[in-house]
Amino acid sequence: MTDDIEKKVYRGRIKVPYKHTGGAYVERFITEIGKSNKILGVKCPKCNKVHVPPKMICHECFEKMDEWVEVQNQGIVKGFTVVTHSTPIMPLEPPFAYGIIKLDGADTDFVHIIKESAPEKLRIGMKVKAVFKENPRKRILDIEYFEAI
Amino acid sequence: MKIPKHDVAVVGIGQTKFRSKRRDVNIPEMIYEAVKMALDDAQLEPKEIDAVIIGNMDHFEGINFSELLCGIEAAPGYLKPVVKVATGGTTGSSLAICGYHNVASGIYNNVLVVGWEKLNEGGATTGIITAFDPVWERPSLAGALGPLALMAGMYSAKYGITPEQAAKVTVKNRSNAANNPFAHLQMPNITIDYVMSSQMISYPLRLHDCCPQSEGACALIYANEQETKKITDNPAWVHAVETAHYYTFGTDDKMFDLPTATIASKKAYKKAGISNPVKDLDVAEIYEPTSWSELSWTEALGFCKPGEGGKLLDEEITQMSGELPVNPSGGVLSTNPIGATALVRVAEAAIQIMGRGEKRQVPDVEKALAMGFGGSLWTEIMILGKNPMR
Repeated sequence: MTDDIEKKVYRGRIKVPYKHTGGAYVERFITEIGKSNKILGVKCPKCNKVHVPPKMICHECFEKMDEWVEVQNQGIVKGFTVVTHSTPIMPLEPPFAYGIIKLDGADTDFVHIIKESAPEKLRIGMKVKAVFKENPRKRILDIEYFEAI
Repeated sequence: MKIPKHDVAVVGIGQTKFRSKRRDVNIPEMIYEAVKMALDDAQLEPKEIDAVIIGNMDHFEGINFSELLCGIEAAPGYLKPVVKVATGGTTGSSLAICGYHNVASGIYNNVLVVGWEKLNEGGATTGIITAFDPVWERPSLAGALGPLALMAGMYSAKYGITPEQAAKVTVKNRSNAANNPFAHLQMPNITIDYVMSSQMISYPLRLHDCCPQSEGACALIYANEQETKKITDNPAWVHAVETAHYYTFGTDDKMFDLPTATIASKKAYKKAGISNPVKDLDVAEIYEPTSWSELSWTEALGFCKPGEGGKLLDEEITQMSGELPVNPSGGVLSTNPIGATALVRVAEAAIQIMGRGEKRQVPDVEKALAMGFGGSLWTEIMILGKNPMR
C-alpha cells in the first residue's frame, strides 16, 4: 500500500436525550436547599455516620438510612485544586477552586466549588460557608459556591 | 467436558415490579429493591455475600461503569470483588452463567448477581446501534427492531407461519403475565384481533408483536452445596449452562433459525440428561423479543421440528395447560428491562422449580429451561432442577 491512498475516517455523532431520575433522597435535599437554605444529611442506623449528600444506602453497612438530620452550612476544606482553564460546561468563570468540604455535623465529604482562586488564600483546614442561589432551580448548584469565612 | 467442582443452587430470588417508568427511585434505589428481596429470601446478611456481579448496558441510560456506584450502593459489594457484565440482550443470562461459574469453580461459596435497566431514561436503540459496525451496518441494518422484522418476514415466508399464529403468542404470554405480580404488561383479556389490529411498526411486526421497554431489576443468589444446605431446603439446582456466541454480518446467515439456540440447547440437554425436551422438561422460560421469535425459538430449542413452531402452539403444547408450558411469567413480550430480562428467565425457572409461582405455577416442576437471546443472535441456556446433579 502506498502513502497516497486516502485513509478514510468516518465521523460519528451520537445524540441521546438522557433523563436521570433523582430519587426521593436527592429530591428532599434539593427542595430543602431551595426552600430554606438548609443542608440535610441522613444518618446510618448502624454506624451513626451522617451522609451528605444524602443517599438511601450506607455503603459500608449496607443499611437503609431514614433519619434526616440538618448539618451546618459551613465546614472545613480537606483538599482543593484551582481551575484556570475555561470550557463551556464550567459552573463559574475560571479561575475558581474545587474543594473537598466536610460540613460541620457531617461524617462524609462533599465536593463543591470554592469561589477563591489565589492559592495563598486557600489552605487545607480553612473554614468555608455555603452561598445559596437567589433563584433556586432544583440543582446541586443551588448552593452556588462556598466562600472563605 | 470438565466436571465442575461444586454443585450450585439458586438460593435467593428478588425482582422489582416492572413498569414503563420508575420516577420514584433513581438507579441504585431501584436495584436495591431487588437485591434486598434476594437477601431477605435467602436470609443472608449483606456481609455474608462473597462477591457481586452486576449487569446492564451502559449506553442505554448514559451511565458508564455502573458497578462503581451500584455495586456498593445497591448491592453489598463494599471492599469485595464487584464485576460488571454487559452482553446486550444476553446480559442477564451471562450474569446467571458467570455467577454459576464463580461458585461451581470453588472461587466463592456464594455470589449475588443483579441485572437492571431503566429504559425510559435514555435510548436503547441508540445504544444498540453503537454495537454495530460503524461503516457498513450503522447506516442500514443497525438496531433491534429492523433485524427482528426481517427475521420474522423470512421465517414466515419459508414455513408459512401466519400473523394469527404470531398474535396467539402475545395473547398467551400477556395472559400468563396477568398471573405474575411482577410482570410489566398484564393483559388478561387480550385478543388475537387486538394484536393484529395494532399499529404496524416494521413489517410484519405490529406494536403488540413486540416486547415493551421496562424499568426494573432482578437479583439472584447462588450458593455451593454446603452453603445451600444451611440456607434452604427448597433450592433450584443448576444442571447445565451453555453459551453459543457468533456474529452475523448483515444478512449473511440464516437469520430465523437461530443456530446458536440449537447448538447451545443440544449441549445443555446432553449435560442435563435430557433426550426429549418436551417430555423431559416441565417448563421453559425463553427470551422472545417478538411474538414471531417465540415460534422460531421453540423450533431451534428442539421442542418441535423446523417449521412446526406454529403447529406446536396450535396444539396448545406451550400453553399453561400443555405438556411444556413456555413463559408462564409472561415472557419478554410482557416484561423487558434489558440487562435483567434474561435473568428474569432464570429467576422464573427457579421459582417454578421451587413451586413458588402461585397463580402461574406449573404443577410438579422437576426440570426447567431458561434461555437468553441477544447480541448478534447469541444464545445462552441454563437448565435448573429440583435435585442436585450428583
